[in-house]
Amino acid sequence: MKAFTRSGVVLTAAALSLSLAACSASNEPAADDATASAAATSETAVELSGNLQAAGASSQESAMDAWRAGFQSLNADVTVGYDPVGSGGGIEQFLAGAVPFAGSDGLLEEAEYAAAVERCDGDAGAIHLPMYISPVAVIFNLEGVDSLNLDAETIANIFDGKITTWDDEAIASQNEGVELPSSNITVVFRSDSSGTSENFTDYLEQTSGGAWPYEATKEFSTAASQSVGADGTSAVVDTVTSTDGAIGYADASRAGDLGTVALKVGEEYVPFSPEAAANIIAASPLSDTANGENDLAYAIDRTTTDSTAYPLTLVSYHIVCQQYDDETERALVTAFEKYVASEEGQAAAAEAAGSAPLPADVSAHVESILDEIAAG
Amino acid sequence: MTTTEQSPETTPPSDYGTHPGAAANHAFKWVSTGAGSLILITLAAVATFLLMEAWPAVSMPAAELGDAVSFIKPEDGQSLLEIVGYLVYGTILISVIALLLGTPVAIGIALFISHFAPRRLAQGLGYLIDLLAAVPSVVYGLWGVAVLVPFLQPFYQFLADYLGWIPIFAPPESGEVFTGRVALSAGIVLAIMIIPIISAVSREVFLQTPKLHEEAALAMGATRWEMIRMAVFPFGRSGMIGATMLGLGRALGETMAVLMIISPGLTFSPYILQPNQHNTIAAYIALQFPEANALGVNSLIAMGLALFVITLLVNMLARWVVSRRSEFSGAN
Repeated sequence: MKAFTRSGVVLTAAALSLSLAACSASNEPAADDATASAAATSETAVELSGNLQAAGASSQESAMDAWRAGFQSLNADVTVGYDPVGSGGGIEQFLAGAVPFAGSDGLLEEAEYAAAVERCDGDAGAIHLPMYISPVAVIFNLEGVDSLNLDAETIANIFDGKITTWDDEAIASQNEGVELPSSNITVVFRSDSSGTSENFTDYLEQTSGGAWPYEATKEFSTAASQSVGADGTSAVVDTVTSTDGAIGYADASRAGDLGTVALKVGEEYVPFSPEAAANIIAASPLSDTANGENDLAYAIDRTTTDSTAYPLTLVSYHIVCQQYDDETERALVTAFEKYVASEEGQAAAAEAAGSAPLPADVSAHVESILDEIAAG
Repeated sequence: MTTTEQSPETTPPSDYGTHPGAAANHAFKWVSTGAGSLILITLAAVATFLLMEAWPAVSMPAAELGDAVSFIKPEDGQSLLEIVGYLVYGTILISVIALLLGTPVAIGIALFISHFAPRRLAQGLGYLIDLLAAVPSVVYGLWGVAVLVPFLQPFYQFLADYLGWIPIFAPPESGEVFTGRVALSAGIVLAIMIIPIISAVSREVFLQTPKLHEEAALAMGATRWEMIRMAVFPFGRSGMIGATMLGLGRALGETMAVLMIISPGLTFSPYILQPNQHNTIAAYIALQFPEANALGVNSLIAMGLALFVITLLVNMLARWVVSRRSEFSGAN
């Protein structure tokens, strides 16, 4: 009897897998037909179907969850997946042809641009589309103080251990009327390799006038003896929260009730806000390594004196091909990216991840670039 | 019924060809041989994988690798080899702290359960220890960072104030132990993690001590402690060493708990009360892997290879110690 039930289970399983295989087999051509006919007619109001699997920066993970959910609710037959393996891993998978696009906090390097020409159809290679703009906040834990005004040089000196107490003249002179304790400053930094660290150190390097002696890097290093490294944004926020007199940096959406620093830009002190963060894009030129005018790879200008912009901002990209050899893939990627760049997509990300929505003109520009992406 | 089931045990294995149970016996032989060789194949495959994947990073000139991989900085004294050196030191330091703190406690628990506790209590306690061994390391890590580290901080301050003249307990520059995220905390949490393993194995070994030896010792007027020293320890020595090595294995490879607790750094410093001094190989790999590029991954795998070699060496050392002692143990 037992033997019978067992073989019964095996049979059922076999039947199930057969029917599943049949399902997927019948699905594929259907998807092709749908999208192919779609491309032949108009771009709008098209029934897309298929599977879109991407990989890349973990910074975009919560935004990507919102985009996936939003896009899938508009296109019920599309499955979108995102593997937050990190920027490097995402670019690697993209260049190997394993994913149709990658999420990345950093720009492609020269060799990677060259590899992208190989990977993508045609000779146009890959381009960056800024999709996720997120201010990084300098957070601190001082009882009774919600906000401090600091210039980049002071921040650099604090994080490098040259300013060790909160009542230091350099801090006090910029914050008249704020009661600063004489306690020691504990510097809290990201011990893991992260785009947040890279943006923060890039800001310090560009704007502190030499007070920050290191280069922009994903691996934060400091000479401050009173410093603690923590793994990941949550751990940094937790450590700052639990340590009196601590200062750190983290994605602004996670700052919570902690005090935050208003950065000196030009002659004014600018607290972080989504609008100010988005303005940094308008204030920055395209990188000189950019691959043509459709490649929106920004060289973020953190030295801007435009006090409507918050310079300590992470800009994360989607890296896509300018030409895909498969029409289905092209249709899926462009439709998804258009949703991401749209007001609706950006609002979804802002709600889920606390990011700053793209300015309307950038959003429109991205959409027009997506229209130019071809299938070979 | 009974005869057919008993006979395979009584007939010598060489004759089983003609016996009714022969097919099953044969199958069992192949299954067990297969399982045995699978281990060897897996080990060889892991070693080959590590070597092949590590090679691009290992064979590259240090300066070139430094340009390609963000966390390798030869100009700051952090070439691949130097990083491996720091990490091997950190890994061994933290594991040794864990062993020094964990082993005596674990042996004590095992002895209590096997020889001192009333039988009912012993059973319950043994069960509890086995449960502890099943707690995932990330839980220990969370508990360590949320509860243990803040709890230990005042104690560290005490250590630094009164024993700070001993180099390993020297406090940070300001004299204030401002964080508990230091090597000693990682060592303590690892100690707690390896206690269940060491005590579970040792307990079983202690229970195997021949009753005759124990009773003989007691009959000669030995106290219970003397009996344990004369009969239980010599008999269980190789088992205790084996248990300790199992614990060390877990400590060496532990990732999550260390990652979450320690504020990492790369130095050869002895200061276990200062943050940013030490890190372990496994935790370092976990820290850098998510953002590493292709060569970065190769470099990290080279570090994994180093960990693999250390673990092999530790195990070989343990084997050697056990075999050297086996003549005294009474286990043979």
